[in-house]
Amino acid sequence: MRTVTYMQAGLDAVAEEMRRDPTTFHLSTDAPRPLLKEFGADRVRATPIAESAFTGMAIGAAGSGFRPIVNWSMVTFSFVAMDQIVNQAAKIHYMFGGQASFPILFRTSVGGGTKLAAQHSQSPYSMFMNVAGLKMILPSTPHDLKGLLKTAIRDNNPVISFESARLMASEGPVPDGDHALPLGQADVKRKGADVTVVALAWLVHEALAAADDLARDGIQVEVVDPRTLVPMDADTIRASVRKTGRLVIADEAGPTAGAAAEIAALVTEDPETFAALKAPPKRVCALPVPVPYSPGLEDHVFPDRNKITAAVRAVMAAGPQSS
Amino acid sequence: MPPSPEQLRHMLRQMQTIRRFEERASADYHAGEIYGVVHCYIGEEAVAVGVCAALERDDQIISTHRGHGHCIAKGADLNRMMAELYGRETGYCKGKGGSMHIADFDIGMLGANGIVAGGISIVTGAGLAAQLAGNGRVAVSFFGDGAANAGPFHESINVAAAWKLPMLYVCENNLYAAQTPADGTTATIDIAARGAGYGIPGVVVDGNDVLAVHEAAREAVARARAGDGPTLIECKTYRWRAHTERPTQPDYRPPDEITAWKKLDPVARLVEHLKSHQGQFSDDEWRRMDQEILAEIETSVGYARSSPFPAPEAALEDVFAD
Repeated sequence: MRTVTYMQAGLDAVAEEMRRDPTTFHLSTDAPRPLLKEFGADRVRATPIAESAFTGMAIGAAGSGFRPIVNWSMVTFSFVAMDQIVNQAAKIHYMFGGQASFPILFRTSVGGGTKLAAQHSQSPYSMFMNVAGLKMILPSTPHDLKGLLKTAIRDNNPVISFESARLMASEGPVPDGDHALPLGQADVKRKGADVTVVALAWLVHEALAAADDLARDGIQVEVVDPRTLVPMDADTIRASVRKTGRLVIADEAGPTAGAAAEIAALVTEDPETFAALKAPPKRVCALPVPVPYSPGLEDHVFPDRNKITAAVRAVMAAGPQSS
Repeated sequence: MPPSPEQLRHMLRQMQTIRRFEERASADYHAGEIYGVVHCYIGEEAVAVGVCAALERDDQIISTHRGHGHCIAKGADLNRMMAELYGRETGYCKGKGGSMHIADFDIGMLGANGIVAGGISIVTGAGLAAQLAGNGRVAVSFFGDGAANAGPFHESINVAAAWKLPMLYVCENNLYAAQTPADGTTATIDIAARGAGYGIPGVVVDGNDVLAVHEAAREAVARARAGDGPTLIECKTYRWRAHTERPTQPDYRPPDEITAWKKLDPVARLVEHLKSHQGQFSDDEWRRMDQEILAEIETSVGYARSSPFPAPEAALEDVFAD
């Protein structure tokens, strides 16, 4: 076990898999220096700033026996390649009757808190979740990022890794050796009996901080981190809600048709879980506006531990126990 | 090397197979047995056949929405093609793709594509894979004049030129982007002239002359295999039928123009060439060849019609690979 940053954990995962599997190679507009130094310019290619081209090229190379690793840098730039992601990568295996597989890892940063204003502060994973044929992860710790990335590189499908811009410098323990985590498995980051907070990425840490505060008032919060958005581990989330009877969902993205809405639906449409609810679920999301620049404005738009705390108190006060 | 008489006969057979396949596909589409949409390649057969005749089986191609010709020229199985058009589980894509999405990865046919220009960067990735693997393969992007105005054309050729990828970019300039004449959307007469802007050769050929196409393709393939990078080949050609067979998309092109291009029939020109230059190709042989082709098409239709439709629940299969 050693302590590394979130950013380093991601780099370590890629380097280890590139060492392990000679069919992997790396495409990005700026070649990461450590990878370039170790693997050379043939396998670590600095591309033209042409996201559509190199995203499509990853698909063609994947269909030709390689395992491309593509880094779009910020998720903003993935939009430039939307045709290749949505019309091609997501559908090519299915549309051709499964005759070839397309193992591709797409890495990209998401989220705000970086004072980069509207374009570079987005969390659009639900746009991609709506497209069948893409797997996606959203890790919250160096441990999870490294483990999930290694599995994603080995997966035989296009996988998008959404990585939190706010967490890049955060540190955490990562096991030594070949540390790989399964996709589609949520992680209970804190156990508690009174209310479930399903939190995504950076908000896992805010939810844990909120849980500390609330514990002082005797409210035991269970924090569930889905870690993988597709496939979503509905079982773990539902089991937690059946235990606590209360649900708050915290997501840095906006609320409309978002991952938080999807999680609420997965919980409420399951009869057994619905029957266990003691209060209506509550979402804690970004305000539905483009993200502004000025610090006070930006902070106002995003959810944080205080908003999670308030939401938990609200769901604790709602429902049969308050009547 | 120029094609041998046997190779020329094979090319003629492929060109006529494309034509007969699509005559049947469009008829069966209008009879309601084939669904959705069919885009016919008739009139442009010399491009797919001339280029693919310069390739090996392991070389890779990618197609457009008008894909039957590329499939047949690369050696695809007619039964599985027709079964796919008929939406049957024995089709190339188990009935999930239809006319617009036939692929056969075993023969290096990376698929037809419903997005204009969508395939250009994908097949450029196949070229990158060939370079990384050092396996000597080349990759070919077929696309139309419409796609030559889209971003993936420019982005892909730029990077392929910079990295000297073993690529052929083959523009099938049939003068129309769907219904829109090229001269209303493009200021340059020759798409091939754009090659210069990317530092690669750009060649214009008579796309209705399979020998000319083949010669240009052979040179480009040799260049690609030698590690000298991509070539842009523009084939001037014309489709005989409307953009699609859909009744909602009628053909607005001038009848005189269609008639004039039909006089440049690529199939008839190859037949004449064989008769006049090879001396051993008779009308009888041509008739026999055509009858054999028609029988193969009939067989493919029989195969399709006797194949089951996929079970509805099969819709849930193949979303993800194992």
